[in-house]
Amino acid sequence: MSLLVTPPEIETPMPSYLESGHTVRSWLLTLDHKRIGLLYMAAITFFFTIAAIAAALMRIELLTPQGDLVTSDMYNRLFTVHGVLMVWFFLIPSIPSALGNFVIPMMIGARDVAFPRLNLFSWYLFMAGGLLALYSILGGGVDTGWTFYTPYSSTYSNSHVMAMAVGVFIAGFSSIATGLNFIVTIHKLRAPGMTWSRLPLFLWSLYATSLILVLATPVLAITLVLITLERVFGVGIFDPKLGGDPLLFQHLFWFYSHPAVYIMILPGMGVVSETMAVFSRKPVFGYRVVAASSLAIAILGFLVWGHHMFVSGQSVYAGVVFSLLSFLVAVPSAIKVFSWTATLYRGQISFETPLIYSLGFIGLFTIGGLTGLFLAALPVDVHVHDTYFVVAHFHYIMVGGMVLAYMGGVHYWWPKISGRLYHEWTARIAAIITFIGFNLTFFPQFVLGYLGMPRRYHMYPEQFQTLNVLSTAGASILGVGYALPLFYLGWSFFYGRKAGPNPWGATGLEWQTASPAPEHNFETTPVVTTGPYAYPEGNDMP
Amino acid sequence: MHSAGPTKPVLYVTYAALMGLLGLSAWAAYWPIGQLWNFAIALLIAAIKTALVFFIFMQLRYQRGLIRVFAAAGFFWLAIAGILTFSDYITRGALF
Amino acid sequence: MSDILLEPPPSPFVDAKQHSEANHLGMWVFLATEILFFGGLFSAYTVYRWSTPEAFAQGSGHLEYWIGTVNTAVLLTSSLFVALADLAVKRDDRRWVTLHLAAAWLLGALFLALKAYEYNQKYLDHLVPGPNFDPHGGAPQVQLFMFLYFAMTGLHAVHMLFGLGALLWLLWLNHRGRVSSHRADAVAVVGLYWHFVDCVWIFLYPLLYLVAR
Repeated sequence: MSLLVTPPEIETPMPSYLESGHTVRSWLLTLDHKRIGLLYMAAITFFFTIAAIAAALMRIELLTPQGDLVTSDMYNRLFTVHGVLMVWFFLIPSIPSALGNFVIPMMIGARDVAFPRLNLFSWYLFMAGGLLALYSILGGGVDTGWTFYTPYSSTYSNSHVMAMAVGVFIAGFSSIATGLNFIVTIHKLRAPGMTWSRLPLFLWSLYATSLILVLATPVLAITLVLITLERVFGVGIFDPKLGGDPLLFQHLFWFYSHPAVYIMILPGMGVVSETMAVFSRKPVFGYRVVAASSLAIAILGFLVWGHHMFVSGQSVYAGVVFSLLSFLVAVPSAIKVFSWTATLYRGQISFETPLIYSLGFIGLFTIGGLTGLFLAALPVDVHVHDTYFVVAHFHYIMVGGMVLAYMGGVHYWWPKISGRLYHEWTARIAAIITFIGFNLTFFPQFVLGYLGMPRRYHMYPEQFQTLNVLSTAGASILGVGYALPLFYLGWSFFYGRKAGPNPWGATGLEWQTASPAPEHNFETTPVVTTGPYAYPEGNDMP
Repeated sequence: MHSAGPTKPVLYVTYAALMGLLGLSAWAAYWPIGQLWNFAIALLIAAIKTALVFFIFMQLRYQRGLIRVFAAAGFFWLAIAGILTFSDYITRGALF
Repeated sequence: MSDILLEPPPSPFVDAKQHSEANHLGMWVFLATEILFFGGLFSAYTVYRWSTPEAFAQGSGHLEYWIGTVNTAVLLTSSLFVALADLAVKRDDRRWVTLHLAAAWLLGALFLALKAYEYNQKYLDHLVPGPNFDPHGGAPQVQLFMFLYFAMTGLHAVHMLFGLGALLWLLWLNHRGRVSSHRADAVAVVGLYWHFVDCVWIFLYPLLYLVAR
């Protein structure tokens, strides 16, 4: 069942987006959403590498109970760099700005996003923010943690807080621009016949993500402005000497930063939905429910931020309300996990690399999500707050979930991006190495946290050493898993087997056009006549 | 989409109303009715002025639902932020 | 080749109506973000006004009531002119588009001039937060109020500056004949932004100037 009225059988005369211009200018001044997606991909890979090096240094330091590799101050700067770069310069832009930019217009049958110039501008904003962050790092970095808590960040810290804060502020506008572009694109540029109930779930996820991007990021922006002003003028509204409340910063900061974690995970869930369908050759089970869950996560995610502040001085009443709401927000995520599992059931499963990553996602995200429920319970949080339990929890979601989903997405759409196929067995092995390395790195951290090892410390009591050594060993394996794709994907870009338009046999408009994608995506505007996962193997539509 | 819009008379009447409300709020600030009531009246007048600007000058009255939803969304989300944050402050020391 | 220097850039839209709807939707989404951007400051204001009402009353008493009131009238009038300009665009009256936009621009500039005067007065009275602050016999939280005053009106003024720049851009577009009833989006969309910035001030006025009179 084809989604096009008459698919062209002949060689498309339109050049691919890779061939339409070979100058530097044609890349740096491009308006093509696909090239902009690749610009983002290159940029986030760069920032990921720096943040990963910081993590490697931290893990090496933690091999021994004494602080012997770096000073306390240096360690503070390392975990801050790791957090800031990973959150704002890798995770948040990863699937939306890199893969989303590439895929969204093709998935809806459009030539480009609604505002191509804004799209290019958003990349430059991102780079400007990143450059400022780099400047801050090279100048010695920041030691406040990625959370910039006041009054330390606003008054007492002697590190380059302002440059880092302004860098993140600018990158935030890149996020807002991207979210705005996606919202308008999905509302206005869908091909004829592409109704909301025929949207692939990846688009539902990215739409929900875009809502969060535009509604949450501005609050982060003003919060960063406020700490910058406080540093510049020496006084500010978080200053206790004036009667200000440092906790107000936390309210404003977490109002953004909790929804931010849903910005980070929702796109990954979208990728998982797509790969589950393709590699089970079945529609996603419970399409409407999964779509609604994406929106529910986005909305409910705004109501739970106080669970980061249970022991900061927030009122107990507020703590109870936030705890309750945090239990609630787990429900739509759980619904998705059940739906994905049901999608696999009785499907014709083929263990291609994207599916391996997605299966890893489901397992690891579930563990991360369940431990999130533990943390949402007030008495448990009192015990494990600011310990490695929290660190393990969010790494299970961010790395075990999100990074795996990103890798899965990159592999899934790689033929469309590069026109090549990567070497399948190498990729599968890399995925498994990543999975093993990840678990060895982070599972011991749950135990460490429960036993009481605090986070952000580079020295610890002797009895924690074994678990720390295991964790570091895992990190080195994880590093191999991360590095391998750089090599085999890069190699495949030039020497890999050429891919046809649809190597996976997937539904979806992006697979009805050539690989690599043609410059303007489609020869003629496609017309959609069926639902999103119309696999011909006799399975019923949702 | 912009097949309809405010006419000149509508704009002038709206402007007159806005200026009248401004005068009212400037005058009401001096009414000796207690700080809380002054505050409530001032905010109410500001809300009405904003509604006039949104619906007439920014033509929300003539727009379809999608635009109205996004116009409302900003306020709604701000209300969430404000109310939940405020709920912390008014309950500190209240129960335990 | 899709290149930003290509003029006009290849458009992903099917027709002008779709493009216009997208432009309007895009601006409204942006305005929603602006509500939240200013909203952080409004949240802070709410918390501190509730906890230190006397300091806020004292702080407000230091502000020039007449400047605040006149400035509100100035902005409301400038919004009227922008709305009239939008009407003029729809009847292809280029001359009145220029006149209305220019009037709006002048009023916006007047607003900023009055603001600058006001800021200078505060500076001379040692009411700028920082080492030279003098609470004039009030509580230390008066400095909190003054900080919020400068932050909120300062952020608003920055938005006004962008708005003035946008109005100049519109005047230039109109001068080059690129504004008409068929290309009405630029004026409409900048108009939305301008009206919104006016609305922010509509709230700032009572919150800052009318606390204790």
